[in-house]
Amino acid sequence: MIALVWVEHEDGAVKDATLATVTAAAKLGEVHALVAGAGVGSVAEAAAKIAGVTKVHVADDSAYDHALAENVAPLVAGIVSDHCDYFVAPATTTGKNIAPRVAALLDVMQVSDILSVEDADTFTRPIYAGNAIATVKSGDTKKVLTVRTTAFAKADKEGGNGVVEPVSGPGDAGLSSFVGADIAHSERPELTSAKIIVSGGRAFGSSDQFHALLEPLADKLGAAVGASRAAVDAGYAPNDYQVGQTGKIVAPELYVAVGISGAIQHLAGMKDSKTIVAINKDEDAPIFQVADIGLVGDLFKLVPELTEKL
Amino acid sequence: MKLLVPVKRVLDYNVKPRVKADGTGVDLANVKMSMNPFDEIAVEEAIRLKEKGAATEIVAVSIGPAKAQETLRTALAMGADRAILVQSDDEVEPLAVAKILAKIAEEEQPGMIILGKQAIDDDSNQVGQMLGALLGWGQGTFASKVEVEGDSVSVTREVDGGLETVKLKTPAIVTTDLRLNEPRYATLPNIMKAKSKPLATKSPADYGVDTAPRLTVLKVTEPSKRQAGVKVGSVDELIAKIKETGVIG
Repeated sequence: MIALVWVEHEDGAVKDATLATVTAAAKLGEVHALVAGAGVGSVAEAAAKIAGVTKVHVADDSAYDHALAENVAPLVAGIVSDHCDYFVAPATTTGKNIAPRVAALLDVMQVSDILSVEDADTFTRPIYAGNAIATVKSGDTKKVLTVRTTAFAKADKEGGNGVVEPVSGPGDAGLSSFVGADIAHSERPELTSAKIIVSGGRAFGSSDQFHALLEPLADKLGAAVGASRAAVDAGYAPNDYQVGQTGKIVAPELYVAVGISGAIQHLAGMKDSKTIVAINKDEDAPIFQVADIGLVGDLFKLVPELTEKL
Repeated sequence: MKLLVPVKRVLDYNVKPRVKADGTGVDLANVKMSMNPFDEIAVEEAIRLKEKGAATEIVAVSIGPAKAQETLRTALAMGADRAILVQSDDEVEPLAVAKILAKIAEEEQPGMIILGKQAIDDDSNQVGQMLGALLGWGQGTFASKVEVEGDSVSVTREVDGGLETVKLKTPAIVTTDLRLNEPRYATLPNIMKAKSKPLATKSPADYGVDTAPRLTVLKVTEPSKRQAGVKVGSVDELIAKIKETGVIG
């Protein structure tokens, strides 16, 4: 069995989401990787070094830049139907955009956001915002999976010795073009791979207070900053900070929820964190039902005190 | 242009799902069902495009049990012009849904199909992308802004690091993210008016689509429960407790 892994990359480097995907793919068989984009030679070399990767298919073409699904999906479907049994992508926005398009081209059902590999065709996945876990068996011969990256350990970046081989696909489908991106730059760790996350909700009351109170605490802890949907909708934080069913799924070692009530949609994104700390003035807030350590009180007093004493 | 808007009837997002004791699924007997929240955003966006003069007709489609009619009536009350119910009492997987929608699209020839990015019951996030592949159309997934410009559409997408804009040739697929718009409430007069708007009932067989599932659900279980935590009385105690976990020194 051969599993083809979608390599997610940025600025010439392999992103961490790829490493967790390789771990999931290794449970299925031999791991091949696909690097697509323009000028991706260094990414291909880095992918070949990931422990467990035996072959790297490199599609170096401007048509594959920015991972436009219309151009990339036929390339992937071609490689999978010729050489592989599985296509495995991280359940990032890129993976979620591409994988179902590949699945439909192959006429197979995708299994989304898998939490575990039970055997060659059986997987577990969360449904209903993580309130239930379904064990599903795929009857398709080729299988398309997306992987919940927080559910698998990261494969080692070094130790692999994959063969790099160029591959070509149909190129530009002529359906879409990339116009531009507005990527939020942050000095802090990336939300989905951070060890510690400090997250704020609507209780901050304003964008100024959100930044003035939460950021010093995050910096003290070396943490990434997250937010609830309410805080994002209110404009306190950019939308890529959102943790939850419709935002990012995180599972850090420490998740500090400040002024977040704990709606099921938010819990869906963070309840697999190792230790959850909640600071909220409402002692009946649902967040306290999942928190390991809870502190009831006014965040405007407690957060500065916490920051100072750490 | 004509717009096609697929909508799904799902367990209301405020209801905490209960897993059935026999592990066959989630208990949907006597619980509140509603339109999938992302689909409400899709309907709203279609109506706004019509109000701006960029669209001429809105056709809402649902694939599901007879009761999905209620979901379609909601879409009609919000402002859709007519509806198609493809009735099936069995669960229809995203791939089969996409195949049925592709057939409807061939019949109706819409300029754009606007879908929710995912249904909050199966959390698959697949139908829009699959439909794009089946029709050979461009896809603007996770849209937070949609602008029709002649024979193309510019879609701003919510991606992991921020936002990204793509330009698609129409006809095209758009899937909605939460921040695209705030859906309107249907007013009582519009709910009354919606009752007389046309609603056609079809079956998957009318479109020649085999809805046999490709995936078998072996069991559905509750997620593992977290151990009950402790409440502390002060910041000092909080810091001491966090230090016990060893995450910070």
